[in-house]
Amino acid sequence: MSVDPIVRVVEVRKVFGLVPVLDGVSLEIRGGEAVALLGANGAGKTTLLKILATLLRPTRGTATIAGHDVARAPEAVRPLLGVVAHGAWVYDDLTARENLRFWSTLGGLHTGADELTAALAGVGLERAADARVRTFSAGMKRRLSLARVMLARPRVLLLDEPFAGLDQRAKKWLEERLEALKAGGAALLMVTHSFGRELGVADRLAILAGGRIALETPRGSLGPDDIQRLYAVHAEEAS
Amino acid sequence: MSYARRALAIAWKDLAVERRSKETLNALVFFSLLLLFVFQFTLGSDRERLAAVLPGVLWLGFVLSALLALGRTFLVEREHDCWEGLLLAPGDKSAIYLGKLVGNLALMLLVEALVLGLFVVFFDIDLGRALPGLLVVVLLGTLGLAAVGTLFAAMTANIRARELLFPVLLLPVQVPVLLATVKATEGLLQGEPLGAVAHWVKLLVAADTIYVVLSLLTFDVVLEG
Amino acid sequence: MVKTLGWLAGAGLLVGLIMAFGVAPREVTQGNVQRIMYVHVPLILASYVAFGVLAIASVVYLARRHPAADRVAHASGEVGVLFVGLGIATGSIWGKPTWGTWWTWDARLTSVAILFVMYLGYLLLRGTIDDPERAARYCAVLGIVAALDIPLVHFSVYWWRTLHQPPSLMKPGGFTGSTSILWPLLINLLAFVLLYAYFVARRVRLLRSEAEVTA
Repeated sequence: MSVDPIVRVVEVRKVFGLVPVLDGVSLEIRGGEAVALLGANGAGKTTLLKILATLLRPTRGTATIAGHDVARAPEAVRPLLGVVAHGAWVYDDLTARENLRFWSTLGGLHTGADELTAALAGVGLERAADARVRTFSAGMKRRLSLARVMLARPRVLLLDEPFAGLDQRAKKWLEERLEALKAGGAALLMVTHSFGRELGVADRLAILAGGRIALETPRGSLGPDDIQRLYAVHAEEAS
Repeated sequence: MSYARRALAIAWKDLAVERRSKETLNALVFFSLLLLFVFQFTLGSDRERLAAVLPGVLWLGFVLSALLALGRTFLVEREHDCWEGLLLAPGDKSAIYLGKLVGNLALMLLVEALVLGLFVVFFDIDLGRALPGLLVVVLLGTLGLAAVGTLFAAMTANIRARELLFPVLLLPVQVPVLLATVKATEGLLQGEPLGAVAHWVKLLVAADTIYVVLSLLTFDVVLEG
Repeated sequence: MVKTLGWLAGAGLLVGLIMAFGVAPREVTQGNVQRIMYVHVPLILASYVAFGVLAIASVVYLARRHPAADRVAHASGEVGVLFVGLGIATGSIWGKPTWGTWWTWDARLTSVAILFVMYLGYLLLRGTIDDPERAARYCAVLGIVAALDIPLVHFSVYWWRTLHQPPSLMKPGGFTGSTSILWPLLINLLAFVLLYAYFVARRVRLLRSEAEVTA
């Protein structure tokens, strides 16, 4: 685990029109570390994720990834990122395999056919590999997205509800992949509104409420019930 | 080289999606047939009048089809947030422009060949010696339309009133291409050799060069977010 | 500074108009209506200045990303479109009694009309994009495309049509009118360019205040 944080968010504010969604968020994530960001729907977790993903600019404050400002130097940040957000990044008329190959090539990777098959097998899509994505369920599309991101082996992983819609086998696979990425020095941010499997992977928890980080704590030996209690308390306080 | 691979990947993806869904192709073919009928009804069977307006009418058909095709070029990206995927793709984004341009050119040339064929058949036109010169003009004109069209399509992809703003922005800028192609086509169909319309051809080459180079240089800026 | 600009522009306009309607000779065939030329031509030329500044400001913005460059481009676009619109209107007013028609599709009028629509599109693009940073970026790209397109438009339209009297100031051979026409023309041109600068300065200031409020 490296000493300097790769992801640094400093007093970020984001206002949409007149509505402040983020009101002074500060957070740090080191390499090899995973942070789970908890928050209710509408609390601003996706907004923060999008800012780190260089898809939105903060109104005030700065966010840097590996020393590059996400607002001023997005092109320096983008090659380091792996993002799985709400949209699945899939072309309905291509097969799963073709989708993976396309995104892999666009990302500048040289992925061999075997590696593609292995990635599809990992998310349990090996039998549907050559079927058009149009026929996939939402969960299958989500799994394809995860396979896409894992192929790239990014340095910073930004995930929105990563475990949602996955069966047990896929959850186990994802857990293993995320732990492997952490071991390789990647920084992970997982954003969620539930108290699921993310917590197993997370080293630290942060609760987003009232536009700010209401609580930040190492996960340690906290169980899901403890976390749920903490969340209820702090979300209550903030609103 | 990664740049060429990425551009090819984009072009391949667009053509594969189009080949399988045929959405844009069907719309364009249907639209062209419709135009043909409209022109027949409005221009009637007055052969002299037809010969006089043919170049303009032909390019009107090409331009309207181009608006349709280019307006839709990033439509497939807007589904499932693939647009985000393009934004976050590392490296020189102009590779994406190049791939899109090649895909658009292929589609537009295909439809134009169809429209031209339909015109020849239904209006009983003799292309004869004009054909090689015509092919040059059509190629250059289509490149001009597609070059700026692809850039503007990216700019208007995520804007409200996209369908209105795209033609409003594209058409005035394309006036030189429109004038050059119509005048050159007119000359060629009247039996003049390509050399007689050389100044129009040179204008097209200059325009195409400016448009493609400028778009390659500025596409990165458009795809910043 | 801005106020001085305003006063200078006002003074220039006053002098210019006096010269145009008082001092300059009455045109033999067209009569007094020809005096509109002293407003029409400077308006069009000043708009070219506006669009040139827009193009340069756009390049500067893309290179430096300084919001001030974007504000200058924005304001220049607005004043430019205004001047072209007024230029077309005065041209029509001049044309009706002189050539019997409000409009002809000759080279110069057509070029100017295309310019008008192109930069109107620029303003439309600005109005449609909510995110100010994206608006600045996209409009800068459009501004550069439009500027590089202008020579292409001129050549293509000129080759397509040549009915309008040959441009007397910009013709390769030089100015063929007498000096008593030249001076009022130049003074009015200077006045309108000063007016353009004044309007842009005021508008840029307003845009900066707006930006500070919403930040």
